[in-house]
Amino acid sequence: MQYFLQQLVNGICLGGMYALMSVGYSLVYSIMNFSNFAHGGVIMVGAYVGYFTLTALGCPFFVSFLLCGVGSGLLAVIIERLVYSPLRKRHAPSLYFIISAMGASIFLENFVIAAIDGTPRNFPTLFSNSINIGGISLGVDSLMMIVVSVVALLILMFIIQKTKVGLAIRACSYSEKASTLMGINGDLVIFTIFLMGGVLAGFAGMLYGMRFIVRPTIGQVTNKSFVAAVFGGLGSLPGAIVGSVLLGVMEIFVASFNSNLRDLFVYGLLILVLVVKPSGLMGKVVEDKA
Amino acid sequence: MSKEQMVFKNHDPNVILELWHVTKRFGGLTAVGDVSFQIKKGEIYALIGPNGAGKTTIFNLITGVYAITEGRIIFDGRCIGQGSDIIKDDARETDVTPFQLKPHAIMSQGMARTFQNIRLFKSETVYNNVLTACHAMADYNIFQSLWRFKAGPKWLTKYAHQEEELRARTEELLKLMGIWQYKDMVAVNLPYGQQRRLEIARALATNPKLLLLDEPAAGMNPEETLALMEMIREIRNKFDLSVLIIEHHMDLVMNVSDRIFVLNFGKPLAEGTPAEIQKNPEVIEAYLGKEDDVDGDA
Amino acid sequence: MSWYYIEGILIQSCYTLLIVLGLSILTGYTGMFSFGHAGFVCIGAYIAVICTMSFGLPYLAALLIAGLVAMALGALLGKITLNLKGDYFCIATLGVGEAIRLIFNNLQLSWTVNGKEFVLDGAKGIASIPLKTTLWGDWRALFRGEIGTFFSSFFSSSLLIVIIFVAATALLMNSKHGRSMLAVREDELAAQMSGINTFRSKMLAMCMSALYAGIAGGMLAHYFGYLQPKMFMMVKSTEYTIMVIFGGMGSITGAVLGTVLLCALPELLRAVGDWRLVMYGLAVIIIMIVRPRGLMGGKEITDLKIFRALFATKKKPTLPAEDGGGADS
Repeated sequence: MQYFLQQLVNGICLGGMYALMSVGYSLVYSIMNFSNFAHGGVIMVGAYVGYFTLTALGCPFFVSFLLCGVGSGLLAVIIERLVYSPLRKRHAPSLYFIISAMGASIFLENFVIAAIDGTPRNFPTLFSNSINIGGISLGVDSLMMIVVSVVALLILMFIIQKTKVGLAIRACSYSEKASTLMGINGDLVIFTIFLMGGVLAGFAGMLYGMRFIVRPTIGQVTNKSFVAAVFGGLGSLPGAIVGSVLLGVMEIFVASFNSNLRDLFVYGLLILVLVVKPSGLMGKVVEDKA
Repeated sequence: MSKEQMVFKNHDPNVILELWHVTKRFGGLTAVGDVSFQIKKGEIYALIGPNGAGKTTIFNLITGVYAITEGRIIFDGRCIGQGSDIIKDDARETDVTPFQLKPHAIMSQGMARTFQNIRLFKSETVYNNVLTACHAMADYNIFQSLWRFKAGPKWLTKYAHQEEELRARTEELLKLMGIWQYKDMVAVNLPYGQQRRLEIARALATNPKLLLLDEPAAGMNPEETLALMEMIREIRNKFDLSVLIIEHHMDLVMNVSDRIFVLNFGKPLAEGTPAEIQKNPEVIEAYLGKEDDVDGDA
Repeated sequence: MSWYYIEGILIQSCYTLLIVLGLSILTGYTGMFSFGHAGFVCIGAYIAVICTMSFGLPYLAALLIAGLVAMALGALLGKITLNLKGDYFCIATLGVGEAIRLIFNNLQLSWTVNGKEFVLDGAKGIASIPLKTTLWGDWRALFRGEIGTFFSSFFSSSLLIVIIFVAATALLMNSKHGRSMLAVREDELAAQMSGINTFRSKMLAMCMSALYAGIAGGMLAHYFGYLQPKMFMMVKSTEYTIMVIFGGMGSITGAVLGTVLLCALPELLRAVGDWRLVMYGLAVIIIMIVRPRGLMGGKEITDLKIFRALFATKKKPTLPAEDGGGADS
């Protein structure tokens, strides 16, 4: 029982991290209709910001955590400005966006390899103690990760559901063209989603680094958050969160059974979802307009 | 639905397209409600109505882009789509299996359309735009397309012979539409009016029995509209086809069409000859608004 | 630089070209983006090796079987995802590509055929694969008087295979099947409305692309002489896509140019080391912004003025004098 609960917490922990990643991906997908494969690079840079602010600058945890968010958020916005916005201006097909995203992710990953190096780095230990709840001991770092993910996602949901910017985002996700005709500033909406997605990606990168390791290829972990987004329902924000948490929990349980099957299980699940219910857990079927 | 059911034996052979009480709902919104009409062979039939009346939705239902919610559409004696519930001789049949042919299957039975916001194969040349659409005239498979010579047994030389026909057809259509001199230009660089012509040429390339034109005169000046009108008539006579046209230009509609169907907020408002429609008070009201609102958009 | 070394690069260029050609059909012509092409290469490589090493089949037969198995897998993937709207296809290729690699990474199997034991040992891979991939066959056999050996090696030389595939692809793309694929890329709805079965076109592109990748996988395995699942990471898939984009989408000449250039460049750019891929990434972004259709800009070598001047084509004079106006604007 103790073991089961610990695994469950680990799973939720991982799922929360996936949720932070897949939310940024889903936001971009729901408005710009393409898979932003550069998201992994943003997460990786976030993790590096966290690592260097902790070790080289010796920042306290929360400061470096915020710096991660700021760094990644800025990077995401810069990528949008330099890479996507020229394509957006001339209404390029989504294939071009995907290819550019791939280019950006190759650039970021290899830039870090070339400028820093490719060796894996370990975060300094931040929270080594654990607390005991009802006879079950849980690491403070795990609890911290869950709390951080939940708070960040709640803030995001608040912004999207309750604020004026959020309303604009929701409107654009139905039809960007119609919304801009109604006087919504499309550029501002896209700026906001990249900023929010980037900040969350930075948090995710930091958490990932704390949990595992930092190296230039960790951006590839976003592949799993894409799977989570499909599992939950492509383009649906609550779907992405639910899908991520479920995927994290299932992945941890499969890993505790046989750690080699961990990744295979994730991709197997993707194929299963595509065969059985492509719209995912919470996605809706859309009829597109001619 | 089996193939036998799809064919209606006692269908009026003079009718090319028939809508039976067609309804389309998006969620709770009824975009098209209980629309029925018949288009006779060789007829130019116009669909008019204020913005948002559901005209383009009807096009999308006919061409299979949307699935029908209720009702049935019959094209050339065959059912191409039906919803869950059909009104037949004023008796409601409710346990009908919904059935929908895929768009390409409908189009290859002899339908062709153009779009309100022109959709060409943008970065292809004008020539290739039409050549691509001619594909149905050729039936060589991928292996036969590897042999380019006319010499050889008949099963091998299909490509050379059929491709020659396709190219002749393409040339004929481009010349007919008066855009042969632009044939090597990339489609997106064509002037606007010529793009419209190219789209019609591409539609004709599929050898249609019914041509659907979605606002062909949008963005054209009066002279161009006049020329277009002539062209539509000429095409109808030359290729012996029926035309269903959506249009805002009243001059064009009143001059070119044989019969007119008026839609308002997804509901049928009136049907008749241009002269009848012009006199119909309900139509005038829908178009011009009430007496005190003369500036309402037409 | 010894000839042996150059020959190696040329053989690599040959099978890479085959993969890129397939990817060009998929991405360049039909407009679908694949992240998992290395997976198809992987399955082709393993199947071919199993065919030659365990079942003792001839090299060419092994390549064909490898290609067909990869194609079947591609067809299955297409059947599942090509009818869905959205980026499903893209994400599915990512999943399938990784899944194939991970399966071979974990697969521990051994079996015996004709008294020979064959072992698949997960991440350790397969070693001592017979080296059967040559550039242009064993021409020295001619001098030894072994004409039979020469012919059999000539017909399985990678240069010949690749030339055949380039020619066949060029012919196919210049037919109604190729034009339908282009129409799907340009505007899928308009293509449907012209009566083109877009699902069929996409399926054809997917199948051909997987077939090419499978065959190329077999050639790769019999060139390196060993196989490991980690040779087929996702990075490989993106590298193939970069080659397509460099050369230019929708152009066979572009695919050839892109491959040859990018296969030779790593050797020339050895000095810059890690910065090579940084430059690739940057170049992809710039190409997409400045010249999205790559080096060849969707044109073939036969469309270029210099080619036309050199090899005067038999085409009839096209424009009547009076309406030459808008043709060049």
